[in-house]
Amino acid sequence: MDIKPILSTLRRHKFTACLLIAQIALTCAIVCNAIFLIGQRLERMNMSTGVAEHELVYVQLANIDNRPDAMARSAADLAALKEIAGVKSAMATNQLPFGGSSSNMGIKTDPEQQNDEINASQYLGEDVIPTLGVQLVAGRDFRADEYHDLADVYALLRKGDMNALPKSVLITQPMAERLWPGQNPLGKQIYVAKNISLTVIGVIRELARGGGIREGEQYSAVNPIRYSASGGASYVIRCAQQDREQVLKAALAKLKGLDPNRIVLEKGTFDELRHRYFRDDRAMAGILVGVCLALLIVTALGIVGLASFWVAQRNRSIGVRRALGATRYNILNYFQTENFLLTTMGIVLGMVLAYGINLFLIVHYELPRLPAVYFPVGAMLLWGLGQAAVLGPALRAAAVPPVVATRSV
Amino acid sequence: MLSYYFSLALHSLKRNRVLTALMVLAIALGIGASMTTLTVLHVLSGDPLPGRSGSLYYPQIDPRDMNDYGPNVEPPDQLAWTDGMYLLKAKRASRQALMTEGMVPLQPTESNVDPFQTSALYTTADFFPMFGVPFQFGQGWNANEDEGKARVAVISASLNDKLFGGGNSVGKELRLQETSFRIVGVLGDWHPNPHFYQLYMGSYASDEDVYVPLSTSRDLKMEHDGSTDCWGNTGGDQDNLERVNCTWLQFWVQLDKPADVEAYKSFLTHYSQDQHAMGRFERPPNVRLRNVMQWLDYQHVVPSDARLQTWLSVGFLVVCLVNTVGLMLSKFMRRSAELGVRRALGASQRALFGQLLMESGVIGLAGGTGGLLLAMLGLWLVRQQPAGYASLAHMDVSMLLATFTLAVLASLLAGVLPAWRACRITPALQLKAN
Repeated sequence: MDIKPILSTLRRHKFTACLLIAQIALTCAIVCNAIFLIGQRLERMNMSTGVAEHELVYVQLANIDNRPDAMARSAADLAALKEIAGVKSAMATNQLPFGGSSSNMGIKTDPEQQNDEINASQYLGEDVIPTLGVQLVAGRDFRADEYHDLADVYALLRKGDMNALPKSVLITQPMAERLWPGQNPLGKQIYVAKNISLTVIGVIRELARGGGIREGEQYSAVNPIRYSASGGASYVIRCAQQDREQVLKAALAKLKGLDPNRIVLEKGTFDELRHRYFRDDRAMAGILVGVCLALLIVTALGIVGLASFWVAQRNRSIGVRRALGATRYNILNYFQTENFLLTTMGIVLGMVLAYGINLFLIVHYELPRLPAVYFPVGAMLLWGLGQAAVLGPALRAAAVPPVVATRSV
Repeated sequence: MLSYYFSLALHSLKRNRVLTALMVLAIALGIGASMTTLTVLHVLSGDPLPGRSGSLYYPQIDPRDMNDYGPNVEPPDQLAWTDGMYLLKAKRASRQALMTEGMVPLQPTESNVDPFQTSALYTTADFFPMFGVPFQFGQGWNANEDEGKARVAVISASLNDKLFGGGNSVGKELRLQETSFRIVGVLGDWHPNPHFYQLYMGSYASDEDVYVPLSTSRDLKMEHDGSTDCWGNTGGDQDNLERVNCTWLQFWVQLDKPADVEAYKSFLTHYSQDQHAMGRFERPPNVRLRNVMQWLDYQHVVPSDARLQTWLSVGFLVVCLVNTVGLMLSKFMRRSAELGVRRALGASQRALFGQLLMESGVIGLAGGTGGLLLAMLGLWLVRQQPAGYASLAHMDVSMLLATFTLAVLASLLAGVLPAWRACRITPALQLKAN
């Protein structure tokens, strides 16, 4: 196919052709980046936490009055919860991935360091490992005699008696790999505050931070500290997936029976917690998909409209070409090639623009660089769109009979 | 003449109904999407206290140890108890209030309502006059009641509606955490957005229902929520927050003159120097004094998704406009023959331009009107979203005017360019060509 005549025709419609190219370029640039953003959101939403997500339910309670004996009451609650049929394990804890609160600490590997090496999330509670269902890949879980009550820990801190504090800690594999790359982390020391060092006794394959997602999403540590919030408590219960609803109902009844003088703040399954945490991301991904579709539709309609005009405008010259021996296929091909040329120019310009938009996003939204794979994907998408949009008008052009050439206007 | 152009325009638009609809729809979609997101952004980045916010400042000092110290570190976002109480009692500003937030269990006196948990602000007396909080009934408490850890409370209008049917409840009893409080005031319409003075419980639409003196809340060990940031090794024991190395309080001051701002800043620096000399602050003096809008900006209160959506929709509008300009231009160019005849018959270029502009103007205005309707629909859709700020997405007068301006600008852009191109034809050439 000779593209020279096409180019010379386009030269006569320079302004319109430029507008179409600009539109395709803008669409290409925005769609490439939007698809990239959608991918980012989906990746975020699929983040792994390492916990047995489908087997967990949680209840958060608040006391109506202040009770001095929070620890004993928590112990009684937990004992009662463990009696419920189907309950595999239960604990009181300070945080959950995707939950509302988080507890974090700065960590050094050398007490002389000026700055913290990383910031890690800190899980408290008895039986964190079996209840969350996280996997130990090295070392061991805490022994029963290693646990201290949180209130006692606070009292020791107030006295400044750092040596009596619980010394062992479990950390995640990504955290160990970050602190001591390629080394065996068991037995190593981490320094969490002045004069407080902890010994790594076990390594967890994966455990996401408590609370929201932030940098170092798998940097978590577990301390052998029995947890009880003086204002209430958060209980996490593990059971079989199909038992969740009935275990949660039984747990609420049991807790209410033990002490009616408290308020249930939150309850539900871990799956619901995850679903709720990502609802903004889901909404944003939906909006991005909508914008992509709207852009592609508007651009496609624009191509259809322009092509229809050009076909109508060149009705007579098409007739002349047909009369001079051009086949229907030649005519069809002419318009398809014309569209291909315009789209290609738009795509080339669009790629440059896409890269520019990506640079803007990197600066203002801390996004990673647009992977190169998005460029061919965007190009294929727009080529396909252009060809599909031009097909109708091109077929109409191909159907123009040669006799048109002999008619006057 | 105008009405003649108008009827010509309608005639021409009717000839290609589908195309006309397409162009109107493209402009409407573009404007609708942009105005929806711009309105959301406008609402989110608004001034919570117009007229007052310029003289309200948020002092920050740095009491931490040398761990993680470096050049250009920002001081912590909150104050520790010792520093907060010192700055409060120093009374160096015309007004000042120290505050933090928490959830409290509330037991309605009617036994048929179950106890429930509600959000409370623990603060000091100046909070109400300093922020110009409106009262329906009664008033705030005074400094003596702060000092005496009085069991007094101010409640929101919505809680008053819920518990007392909207009547004057001043003097009535409110049971919080098994303790009896006397209601001294009921707030009027008070919904500052963003919730600038306390950002930890949500930046938007997170009004508290109960306000009690900070001293009282500590006396009764009422729950403290939000952020507690600690350093050193004292731990973050919530029952002993007065004695640990943690920042957990917000402090606002009112400074009316620029000179006062400078004076307050040097007061903060001197306090830090003194504390540094005493050895309590290990870091050299590092203070900040931001006003409301600077503070909101520093805290990145406007969600980045809202900005991203605005950029997206503006990009979409540009594509829609380019699309419409292209279609309109090719439509006008196709009528070159007709325009050539009109020129040859004596119509001036101006007359042709006027006629074409009328046609594109009609499309632009129709698109703009459609865009306004779509923006209303868009805002309704935003309000159905799960985000915390969703309920605030309403169009106000300024955004309505902005929408019309944008619509007129867009239609002019979409109209002038094609009309100008199309009326610059040479009549003789056109007539000869046909």
